[in-house]
Amino acid sequence: MIYKNTLAALSRGLAEKKFSSEELTHYYLARIATLDTELNSMITVTAEQALVEAKLADQRRAQGKAGALTGIPIAHKDIFCTNQVRTSCGSKMLDNFVAPYDATIVTRLKDAGMVMLGKTNMDEFAMGSSNETSFYGPCKNPWNLNCVPGGSSGGSSAAVAARLVPMATATDTGGSIRQPAALCGISGLKPTYGRVSRFGMIAFASSMDQGGIMATSAEDIALVLNEMAGFDEKDSTSVDIPVPDYTAELNQSLQGLRIGLPEQYFRDLEPSMAAVMDTTIQELKKLGATIHTVQLPNVNLSVPVYYVLAPAECSANLSRFDGVRYGYRCDHPKDLLDLYQRTRAEAFGAEVKRRILIGTYVLSAGHYDAYYIQAQRARRLIANDFAKVFSEVDVILSPTSPNVAFKFGEKAQDPVSMYLSDIYTIAANLAGLPGISIPAGFLHNLPVGLQLVGQHFAESRLLNIAHQFQQVTDWHNAMPKMATTVD
Amino acid sequence: MSFDFDLDRVAHLARILVTPEEKQTIVPRLENIMQMIDQLQEVDTTDIVPMASPLDQYQRLRADQITETDHHERYQALAPKVAFDLYLVPQVIE
Repeated sequence: MIYKNTLAALSRGLAEKKFSSEELTHYYLARIATLDTELNSMITVTAEQALVEAKLADQRRAQGKAGALTGIPIAHKDIFCTNQVRTSCGSKMLDNFVAPYDATIVTRLKDAGMVMLGKTNMDEFAMGSSNETSFYGPCKNPWNLNCVPGGSSGGSSAAVAARLVPMATATDTGGSIRQPAALCGISGLKPTYGRVSRFGMIAFASSMDQGGIMATSAEDIALVLNEMAGFDEKDSTSVDIPVPDYTAELNQSLQGLRIGLPEQYFRDLEPSMAAVMDTTIQELKKLGATIHTVQLPNVNLSVPVYYVLAPAECSANLSRFDGVRYGYRCDHPKDLLDLYQRTRAEAFGAEVKRRILIGTYVLSAGHYDAYYIQAQRARRLIANDFAKVFSEVDVILSPTSPNVAFKFGEKAQDPVSMYLSDIYTIAANLAGLPGISIPAGFLHNLPVGLQLVGQHFAESRLLNIAHQFQQVTDWHNAMPKMATTVD
Repeated sequence: MSFDFDLDRVAHLARILVTPEEKQTIVPRLENIMQMIDQLQEVDTTDIVPMASPLDQYQRLRADQITETDHHERYQALAPKVAFDLYLVPQVIE
C-alpha cells in the first residue's frame, strides 16, 4: 500500500529505513508497467537509469547526505530537456530528439537526489486542454478512462492521480498545470512568472510559460518547490530574489485571511459547480477567512488576449523547428523552401499549425498594431484589475475549470470551446501571478478543482491556505479506483 | 474589423505547406478563432501602455566574458545532415 503515501510520508519512510529508494523505484516502475498500458501517461519510461539513480540515492543516504527529496521518484513533463533522454514535447517534430543537456529544474531536482522514472505525455508543444493533441495518443483520465485528463500537462496529472509516481513536474502557459490537476483530482501549483527557471523548458509563449509542480498534497508541493525555485542566470526572465522555505508557513492560521470572489467568475457558474464552491467557502470561513466580492471588470478579455499573444509568441518560438539543426526533416526536399514547408507541414499537428498561423497573422504587416499591440494593451488592463483587487483581498478564489473532465472528442472539433476550458486560469498567466488548484469535491463522480490566485511571489500563502484546507477536508486523499487495483 | 485572412499568404510566411484539402477544414476554424479574438477591437485602450512581460523586468547585463564552451559536436550530432561542421540544406545558390 505504499502508493497511498504522500511524498512527505515517503520521505519519512526513507529516513526511517522502512524501504530503500531502490525498492521504492522498483515498486513505482511496476505500477507504471501494469497500469500505464491503459492510461498512456508516460511517453518514455527510463527504468534502467532510474534504478542507477536510486542506488546512488541509497548510497547518499548511507553517507548521511540525504535531503528531504533524496530517493523519491519523480516524472518530468516531456517538455523539459533531459540529457541523453528523448524529449519529444508530445510532437512528431521532436520524436527523434535526444536532449543534449538537462533543463535547470531537472538538474536541481537531480541534485536533490530525486529519481526520474520517465517523461510524461502532454498536448503537442503544450498546446491543448485535453491531451488529445499529443503525437503519442491521448493520455486518459484515471477517474474515467473515457474522459480527458485535461491539458496540456495531462500525463503528469494522470500519473500522479493514478499514483504511478508521487509527484511530477509540469508547465502552465494558460492553465496547463491547474486545469489538468483539477480534472484529475490532485494539487497543482503554477508559481509566479520568473520564480522557476525556464532554461531547458521548450518554449511555447515565453512571456507566460512557467514550470511548476503536481502532487497529491500542498505539503508535497512545498517540499519540491524548495528545491526547484530560484534564480538561474541561464534564464533572462528568472527573478533574483531569495527563495523562502515554503514549508515554514504551512501551519499558519487562516484567521483574518481575506478571500476575494470575482463577481465575473461566479456570475455564469453552473449551479452544481456553484454549490461545490459554496461548500469550500464555508470550510474556509470556519478556518477564519472572510469572504469579499471583488471586481475584475476586464477579465472577460483574458481568452481573446491570450489567443492573440500566445499564438504570436508561439509562432516566433516554433520557427526554430525548420528541419535543419535537429528534429524531423522531410524526405527528399527539392529546395530550401520545400524543406521548411514540408518539414513543418508533416511534423506539426493541426492545433500547433492553427496557432502558428494565427500568430503569424497577428504579427504580420498591417495587423500587428490592431491585434498584437492591442492585445498587449488589454493585457495591462487585466493585470491592473488584479493589482487593484490585491489591495482589497489576499487571494482570489474560483473554480479551476468551468467543468469536470469531459469525454474524448467532445471539444476536439471546436477549438474555441476547448479554449474556454481555461477561462478561469488564463488571467493569472497574463498577469504573471501564482495560482494553485486543489481538489474540492466531486460532480458526476469526477473531481472538481478549486483555484486560488495570489499576488506575485505569494506561493507560501497559497500553499498555507491549501494545506490548511487539506487538514480539514479529505478530497485530496480520494483516489481513482484504478489506482487501488494494484499494489 | 474586416477579416482578411489570406491563408496562402500567412501559410507562406509561416513556412507551412497547406494543401487545398486541408484548406477546407482550416479556414472555418481559423475564422471562428478570429471572430472570438475580434472582441478586442471594441476595447478602449487609449493611453494604455502595451504589456510585454508580466513583471516589469529589465534585461540583466553580464560581464563581457566567454562563459560557454564549444559543444558543436554534441549539438551537431542531432542534426539531420552535417558535413565539415556545417549544417547541410538543399543547394540555394546555383
